[in-house]
Amino acid sequence: MIQGQDLNRRDFLRISSLFLAGSAAMSTPIGRTLSGGGDALAGNGEERIVHSFCEHCFWRCGIAAHVRDGRIYKITGSKHHPLSNGRLCPRGTGGVGQIYDPDRLAHPLIRQKKGGRVSYRKATWDEAIAYTAEKLYGIRETYGPEAIAMLHHGYGYTFFKKMFMAFGVNKFAKPSFDFCCGPRHQGYLLTYGHGAGTPEGVDIVNSKYILFFGTHYGENMHNTAVQEIAEGIRRGLKIVVFDPRFSTLAGKAEKWLPIKPGTDIAMMQALMNVLITEDLYDREFVAGHTVGFDELRDEVEKMTPERAAEITDISADDIREVARTYARYAPAAAVHPGRRTQWYGDGTQRSRSMAILNALVGNYKMPGGVVKYEKYKLPKSETHHYPEFEKKVWSKYPLFVDTKPENSIASHEVIEQTLDEKIKAWLVYGVNVPETITLGRKIALEAINKVDFLVAVDTLPMEVTGYADVVLPECTYLERYDDLDGGRPYRTPFVALRQPAVEPMFDSKPGNQIAKMLAEKLGLHGVLEEDVETYLDRKLKKAGSSLAEVKKTGVLLGKPTDLYRKPGEKLTFKTPSGKIELASSKLREAGFDAVPRYIRHPEPPQGFYRMLTGRKPMLTFGRTANNRFLNELPTARENEVWVNTHVAEKHRLSHGEYVHLKNQAGVVSEYPIKVKVTERIRQDAVYMVHGYGHYFKKLKWAYRKGASHNELISHTEIDKAIGAVGFQNNFVTFIKEA
Amino acid sequence: MAKQKNYGMVIDTRVCVACSACVYACKSENAVPEGFCRDWVVQETEGAYPRLRMENRSERCQHCANAPCVTYCPTGASHYSDGTVQVNSSRCTGCKACLAACPYDARYVHPDGYVDKCSLCKHRLDEGLDTACASVCPTASLNLVDYNDPEGKAEKMMAGKEVYRQKEHAGTNPSLYWISASNKPGA
Repeated sequence: MIQGQDLNRRDFLRISSLFLAGSAAMSTPIGRTLSGGGDALAGNGEERIVHSFCEHCFWRCGIAAHVRDGRIYKITGSKHHPLSNGRLCPRGTGGVGQIYDPDRLAHPLIRQKKGGRVSYRKATWDEAIAYTAEKLYGIRETYGPEAIAMLHHGYGYTFFKKMFMAFGVNKFAKPSFDFCCGPRHQGYLLTYGHGAGTPEGVDIVNSKYILFFGTHYGENMHNTAVQEIAEGIRRGLKIVVFDPRFSTLAGKAEKWLPIKPGTDIAMMQALMNVLITEDLYDREFVAGHTVGFDELRDEVEKMTPERAAEITDISADDIREVARTYARYAPAAAVHPGRRTQWYGDGTQRSRSMAILNALVGNYKMPGGVVKYEKYKLPKSETHHYPEFEKKVWSKYPLFVDTKPENSIASHEVIEQTLDEKIKAWLVYGVNVPETITLGRKIALEAINKVDFLVAVDTLPMEVTGYADVVLPECTYLERYDDLDGGRPYRTPFVALRQPAVEPMFDSKPGNQIAKMLAEKLGLHGVLEEDVETYLDRKLKKAGSSLAEVKKTGVLLGKPTDLYRKPGEKLTFKTPSGKIELASSKLREAGFDAVPRYIRHPEPPQGFYRMLTGRKPMLTFGRTANNRFLNELPTARENEVWVNTHVAEKHRLSHGEYVHLKNQAGVVSEYPIKVKVTERIRQDAVYMVHGYGHYFKKLKWAYRKGASHNELISHTEIDKAIGAVGFQNNFVTFIKEA
Repeated sequence: MAKQKNYGMVIDTRVCVACSACVYACKSENAVPEGFCRDWVVQETEGAYPRLRMENRSERCQHCANAPCVTYCPTGASHYSDGTVQVNSSRCTGCKACLAACPYDARYVHPDGYVDKCSLCKHRLDEGLDTACASVCPTASLNLVDYNDPEGKAEKMMAGKEVYRQKEHAGTNPSLYWISASNKPGA
């Protein structure tokens, strides 16, 4: 028996405020702290600038942390880093609100049972590490290494992965991959043989015409992409936005087409139909560089603009006009792959439809079209022998992506295998499981209750830490080294360094040290034996530089690559056919449709509205929920439910009133949400930003602000090809406050 | 001797996404106390579904050439400098005459008792730097300009575009120009 039965009932524990940072060490009044330090302008004290990279989202822009008197008083965009170009989104600037969050986890905590009561006690690192190692070791011995899984989000996970690899564990899942970038990565991989990229391989600045499907840049502050869209607009870029909601990007568009949710593939098929039937596609490119055209033509032949108009609510004239304009501007025209690409369980095919629309107009490696960036070629620093198990993919889905080393299983499969008692222990690195979209909050909590041992590594008392057996407080990204950010292709190939701007606060430690302590305790000597600076220096010296050198600017830059193809250049694609696969041989072999097919999705029940979600520009969901600096603006403080004016009238809702939301399964939001009555959304859908409605009191700022989107997910659609989770077939109605 | 500076801003609302990066950058840079701000973001939508129009813009003190706040300041705390309007906090008594006079609602009373507002990052201008808001702005919607600059950066940015100033009827002669969102891309 690994753990006493009585402790399996995983009550949600209150982490006593004694163990949090607020009561322990916040000597500076919060207002002063968050506004950057009262002496910021006084000019006394030397200013030190530390170049590193951001952790507020996966874009990982270069930042410059400005330090005075041992405190970071502001964060600006690094002028050396090609993804920031000296500019930064609000979240990047808001790092000061994270490092100086008074609610931060300050000490390791161990869950204990005393006199029938379960509580947390403050532990030393030695104790917490020894206890964690003992539990993980015991579970591996009893059930085998496949009974342990790591759920992770954030760039510090690499050290834990190394530790686990040496321990024989390789079940790693990154929930964001499942519903965000996974489907389009695999969709592009199946079509072009390479992923869509982060940043996406679209030559935005030189483009004349870009189609966006539901992607709301501007609210989605991916710095470089937003910079490029702005520059594009200055140069004359025309934008078309298909979105049920008049997003900020739709506000920039030449055409906003409020498409009926769930009908994107029908729309894309109709656009293909016009390109093909009106002979507007690039015949030469299609003949020379693609396979499966006939099959595609046969599939989209039926989707005339008239038929699509009935399905999508967009007029046939508009569809024709967009397709013709797109072809006219091509090859300096593109369909942007977007992000959060799993909506209805057909995300891979939806992403492939976008890839195909690009291929049809022959914009590959053309100015203003789809481009393929290069990586900085960092020499492999270790001779790392990968045993067979390290390459094993645990996912049951036939086309689960195997080119992403951080993922070996879909995150919802971790939840399912836990419920089936195949997985007994979780290491959770920066994933707030109850509020992370896997299969909704209810099922996530069932799995949490089932798991024998849960160790959480986090910086803040997120909900998940309230269920953990051990809580290991990591310091923030501003207080630590992580591995080099070196694997991403971009216009200017780069390697970026994360380095500490200040020392770790309280009793928190960097992930690299936590993983090393765990590895040592597990008897895995030498796996992470050296200190992180030596490790990074060795890696960088192989690239002809050094840690000391890269510390100065935070980046190592390659030469900007030639993005465009020469006339007559031979193009090769890493697909089975060596060509762009309009009809995918891999999908066909796995028993799926080789060309994307439109499938009708369920309609909202009477009186209910499809629940759409997205984000605000100054927040990244859980990562920023408790950030007082970022949450200071009234627009950031809570989420609202966007309701069309006519729908509001029907339900007698007024702008600014608070309602509870009830979904189709009868789940009522725990907290009320403010109504935003607006013309900016269709009548069959409502919209709310994800990442609000936190129920953990220790998140003193985020607690009870807005309503939780994840709580209202009772139904999911799995993409059977790649195992990604679609969750937009959830519908809500309003319950007025008594 | 170099020609005197005449600072202002040209704000391109075609590209602004109302992300508020300018607000946060300003708060960090200028240690603006919690609950207050020197700049803010407006998102305006007009029309009825599905024919909607949007303009996003970042607003702040307009650094008027004929500033009511300077006119009505009884102590001389509010004053002109290089085309900007500055507040000398040690001369300010917090009487709020300027708050009443300002047509742009650009000022607030600092908890320390004086009136505060956008200084166009004067401490940075003096060092030859851009304002905090303009340097952070991901879309480069915010542009610091010197109207006396012989190269005419401001004029070039605005040439051929629909441009406006706010509340010109108030006779304030503001130094902030706005490139309207109704301009076509590439205008």
